Amino acid sequence: MGLDFGGARNLSADSGFMDDNIITTTIDKVVNWGRKNSLWPMPFGTACCAIEMMATLASKFDLSRFGSEAIRFSPRQSDLLIVSGRISIKMMPVLKRIYDQMPDPKWVISMGACASCGGVFDTYTLIQGVDQFIPVDVYIPGCPPRPEDLIDAVMQVQQKIAGGEVPKGIEVAV
Amino acid sequence: MNEEQSVAESPLVLQKLQENYADALLAHEETRDGVAVVVGKDDAYALLEYLKTEAELGYTYLVDVTAVDNSQLESELVKYDYARFMVVYHLYSYQGCCRLRVKVPVHERDLRVRSVTSLWRGANWLERETYDMFGIAFEGHPDLRRILMPDDFDGHPLRKDYPLRGRGERESFNFETQNV
Repeated sequence: MGLDFGGARNLSADSGFMDDNIITTTIDKVVNWGRKNSLWPMPFGTACCAIEMMATLASKFDLSRFGSEAIRFSPRQSDLLIVSGRISIKMMPVLKRIYDQMPDPKWVISMGACASCGGVFDTYTLIQGVDQFIPVDVYIPGCPPRPEDLIDAVMQVQQKIAGGEVPKGIEVAV
Repeated sequence: MNEEQSVAESPLVLQKLQENYADALLAHEETRDGVAVVVGKDDAYALLEYLKTEAELGYTYLVDVTAVDNSQLESELVKYDYARFMVVYHLYSYQGCCRLRVKVPVHERDLRVRSVTSLWRGANWLERETYDMFGIAFEGHPDLRRILMPDDFDGHPLRKDYPLRGRGERESFNFETQNV
């Protein structure tokens, strides 16, 4: 089959008939497998990192190879927020609202130095890291990061989903 | 051909200004991208109107309105009676293919400058930005509000005495989503 659901195969070793036709697994594994390969990113591009993000989405780097070709500009339809660029104090409530509007489970990538820590812009108006306001799952260093870095970050999110990890934004009762 | 035209055109501006506005003209210089003139505040509006409407000049396009804070540049301050700010108008003439910079010294004690929105409607946002960043009060502007900074922001960030990291605005700003 080529698909790894992580479940047990060959339950009935003696029948032979079942070998290639039945897979057993758990619902979680199948759902996570589906989620991981159909991430719909919501781009929040405010600066030069967004140019690299566009390159990542375009044909040369082609993020759709990883199942993320459906870029949505509506937060209601997306489950991966890519914050790429500087966020000013006036923009932060907008970003917060967009994050709040995304349905769970939702993942956040903080792309580049500015989104992650303010970068070189330690100024009167710039947020020194969006993780002060929204939970970030994967950070990408770089100014700006190369498209390969963004692909790597998306793959890290995929690994987290496949591993059954819970997004940072979801509070788990202990 | 074009180069000859623009070289010949630039002094024409100065000639005409020196004929008609000799008293208003405080200084002038020819830069590599055009001509720059310094004009007294009271005569600035009339001179800009003349530049726009005079058929031989035709500076019909207002490229930018901005300002400079010279408060830490002694060599500039002494030239114009210690006027702290210099409001700068960038003009472009399509018929002459040449640029002109009009600079207006403004003292901190009287930050009022007549708005040029009645000449160029595009000056609206440019003057709002200059007001936001430097606190220049454009008289006659239809809607002089902040354009970049939040409405309740205190101070004018591009002034030289404004600290780079601000005065705690990053911490005190209301980040509630109702504030969108």
